[in-house]
Amino acid sequence: MTKIGVVIFPGSNCEYDALTAMTSLGADADFIWHSTDTIEGYDGIILPGGFAHGDYLRPGALARFSPVMSAIAQFAKAGGAVLGICNGFQVLTEAGLLPGALQKNRGLTFLCQPTTLIVASTRSVLTRAASKDQELSIPINHFSGAYTCDDATYEQLIENDQVVLRYKENPNGSRDDIAGVSNVEGNVVGLMPHPERAMSTLLGSADGRILLEGFLRAPVSAS
Amino acid sequence: MNSAPEPLHRALGLTDSELDDIRTVLRRDPNPLELALYGVMWSEHCSYKSSRIHLKRLPTTAAHVLVGPGENAGVIDAGDGIAVAIRIESHNHPSAIEPYQGAATGVGGILRDVFTMGARPLAVMDPLFFGELDDARQRWLVEGVVSGISGYGNSVGVPTIGGELTFDKCYASNPLVNVLCAGALPTERLVLGVASGVGNLAVLLGSSTGRDGIGGVSVLASAGFAGEDGAQSLDDAKRPSVQVGDPYEEKRLIEACLELLDRGLVVGIQDLGGAGLVCATSETAARGGVGMDVDVNAVPLREEGMQPYEIMTSESQERMLAIITPENWPAVATLCAKWEVRASIVGHVVEPQLDAHGRSVGMLRVRDGFDGEILAEVPAASLADEAPLYDRPRARPASLDAVLDDDPTYDEPQGVASDDLLALLMDPAWVYRQYDSQLFLNTVVGPGRDAALLRLAGPGLPASERGIAISTDSNPRWCALDPRVGIALTIAESVANLACVGASAKAVVNCLNFGNPEHPEVMWQLSETVDGMSEACLALGLPVIGGNVSLYNESGGSDIDPTPVVGLLGVVQSLVAPPPGWAWREGDTMVLVGVRTARGASPFPLGGTRWATNRGRRGGRIAEFDGPSLRATFDFVAGEVAAVCAGAPSDVTAVHDVGGGGLATAIAEMAASNGVGASVIELTSHAELFSEFPGRFVMATNDVESFTTRAAAAGVDVVELGVIGGSQLTIGSMIELPVERIASRRSSALEDALASLD
Repeated sequence: MTKIGVVIFPGSNCEYDALTAMTSLGADADFIWHSTDTIEGYDGIILPGGFAHGDYLRPGALARFSPVMSAIAQFAKAGGAVLGICNGFQVLTEAGLLPGALQKNRGLTFLCQPTTLIVASTRSVLTRAASKDQELSIPINHFSGAYTCDDATYEQLIENDQVVLRYKENPNGSRDDIAGVSNVEGNVVGLMPHPERAMSTLLGSADGRILLEGFLRAPVSAS
Repeated sequence: MNSAPEPLHRALGLTDSELDDIRTVLRRDPNPLELALYGVMWSEHCSYKSSRIHLKRLPTTAAHVLVGPGENAGVIDAGDGIAVAIRIESHNHPSAIEPYQGAATGVGGILRDVFTMGARPLAVMDPLFFGELDDARQRWLVEGVVSGISGYGNSVGVPTIGGELTFDKCYASNPLVNVLCAGALPTERLVLGVASGVGNLAVLLGSSTGRDGIGGVSVLASAGFAGEDGAQSLDDAKRPSVQVGDPYEEKRLIEACLELLDRGLVVGIQDLGGAGLVCATSETAARGGVGMDVDVNAVPLREEGMQPYEIMTSESQERMLAIITPENWPAVATLCAKWEVRASIVGHVVEPQLDAHGRSVGMLRVRDGFDGEILAEVPAASLADEAPLYDRPRARPASLDAVLDDDPTYDEPQGVASDDLLALLMDPAWVYRQYDSQLFLNTVVGPGRDAALLRLAGPGLPASERGIAISTDSNPRWCALDPRVGIALTIAESVANLACVGASAKAVVNCLNFGNPEHPEVMWQLSETVDGMSEACLALGLPVIGGNVSLYNESGGSDIDPTPVVGLLGVVQSLVAPPPGWAWREGDTMVLVGVRTARGASPFPLGGTRWATNRGRRGGRIAEFDGPSLRATFDFVAGEVAAVCAGAPSDVTAVHDVGGGGLATAIAEMAASNGVGASVIELTSHAELFSEFPGRFVMATNDVESFTTRAAAAGVDVVELGVIGGSQLTIGSMIELPVERIASRRSSALEDALASLD
């Protein structure tokens, strides 16, 4: 059984949702407290949504200094699958594990609403079970979700096929409609939308399963 | 004019006769610190001294009620080993002065009331009332309040799943910000705010204590805004009484408290809200029949030089008081350290004393060091429970008959129905898009529909297929004309909303927002409201399990319209499929379910409707309340929808209750929801388009014969209204509009109003 760790920072709030989504797909999932400085025995790590350390200063700016982040950097470097959702994405960019940054939404308000995503690349651990150009209905829930990066980084993203998901209709002013990116290797992925909130038609959409099942499938081992 | 300095007790909000009462309790003169404790605890906000004699008339019991009014939250048994706690409160005056922090700390306070019961907060709803948007101050208030709720609620990690949005000139200087929270817990973990066990420790958890919010309950919440220009003139003087919120502190506090409860480390727990430490210590001691020694030096402070009265009455946010046994202190300290939550032993539970009559009396003693000087010593129960109760004079407003006779039903020109309809449409999406409405993966029906519907699930709860539905409702237009019948119809409307998502109503909480209780007309409104609420609850089989009273909602001597808000909690037995919702399908038949005409003087009354109010008419008569007929209709509709939720085959494809804006508005909202029009029969009259009275539903069915048969068997009337399809909405010869135009007007109305300001 695939073993998934869900990191909890003080102020995280989507940790139960991520855990529930993973266990509903058959994973063996548990929580990792942010002050832990080693992570062993995991096939994949999820940084969930929320407001780590209150998002004080800037979303993710304090969380990057939590001891668990050095361990995650090593895990990622060894090829381990790492997924940052919403605040987790912000943390990964602040920690330098993903390129670019997330700034305040274009309209300067929090946005909680359904969005349609288009799969831009299938070479990441998150999108490998989807097909290119596939449309997925997955909600967003953020204040600082507008993806931005400098031109040189943007060219690298395109060249290396690192843009994994785009919005069909850009809700927040993200550069090039970007909703999610990966690192060059494709084993570290971050996205602002919440796939764990789209696991059941009872709640509006089950399209998140396509992404999270892909994340669980044949994990890249970090050993 | 020069005069002698005001006596201290009056400056603290106490009357001369209340001072005499304190002297009787203490058998001596109180010292200044003791006076300050009574000042906050005997405030209107904390003591309900003007309303309590009336509230006693409400029905509060039912087999499924685990905790009724008087505790931090009401609790019902929702089945499957899960209890649901629910509470509603107001944060009106702080929000009038500092909208962001006022609203944010309102959310923080209600969450603490719910997790105090051992429940994890799972949902927040916010009924909001502002003045008309053609005033720049209202725009500032709306944006501040909404961003305060969003900023605090989203960050603290509790979904905001609905509420209400009302604009009326009577709230221009005194907006209302009410907030409801529901949470769930395993039934066996229910805890109460009781201090017991002599020798136990009172541990203050969370934020340090500062000078914010000193006297908030007495200065802010228990007096009106006296200035000629309303709230604005007193902004500066009263702003220091508004607390400041920190959702990150609250989030850690929630997790730490729930873990303390999970691990059985606390005997009792109580939040610190209005009146701060004196309230929490005196209430827990009074409930436990014990005394408590509080050491003011043990309270971690945010500022230097704070006086004992400031420490005892500060309303600094994000604090809880836990009663623990001394053996558990090391484990409590370790757990709190993990969550970075400050924990300090500030009190000791002590033996009650015997008074002169040999009765056991738990004393609250404020001390300078646990072995140091006693700074204040008063019976805990005298603070918590023994404020004087007032039966204030009541009088039906002398002008009311003239208002009732000014009835738009009979003489208001009809105008162009299509234009009138468009003017009534407003989608509140701009507000609720700013709220996280989905956390915990429970939200089946979110904000902006008849009622919110959640799966009954959450961290630490037993597995269940059940759902809970919540609706908040008010109708100050009805209540201004007839507070007694107005609230009864409001409760009916709320039960109707629950029925739309398949839920049977189980309990009521209320937030009674009224004007100055020293005005006899206001006390009459309050008393009538309590009676009307009782009648409706008895007729519909509902217990009232909690409430809040907010008085002194006035400015410049003018009271708000009576604004009782109810929150209704319902249960769906099996929730495996979403309810039909508003989006109907081409070819279905539209039906009106329930009574077609109102009981009362007119079949289609227009008094108190949004249509008439838009035309500046605020008089007239409203429909009567017909309990048995309403109950039969609600049971039938809830049953039909519950079958869909349970996954049973059904011919019902859409449902919406007829609420504000009347029948035409309900039909238009359904058409706008998925862009499919309809052709509706000629209605009886123009008034039938816009008349408002509960007990009617617009539904769609793909087997009208079968549907009608089932309704007839339940004794419920059905009228075929028309056929669904096309891109136009036509209602007889009165309305013909492209659905596209209805949808765009509805979706842009609020943002246009906010943006059109000068």
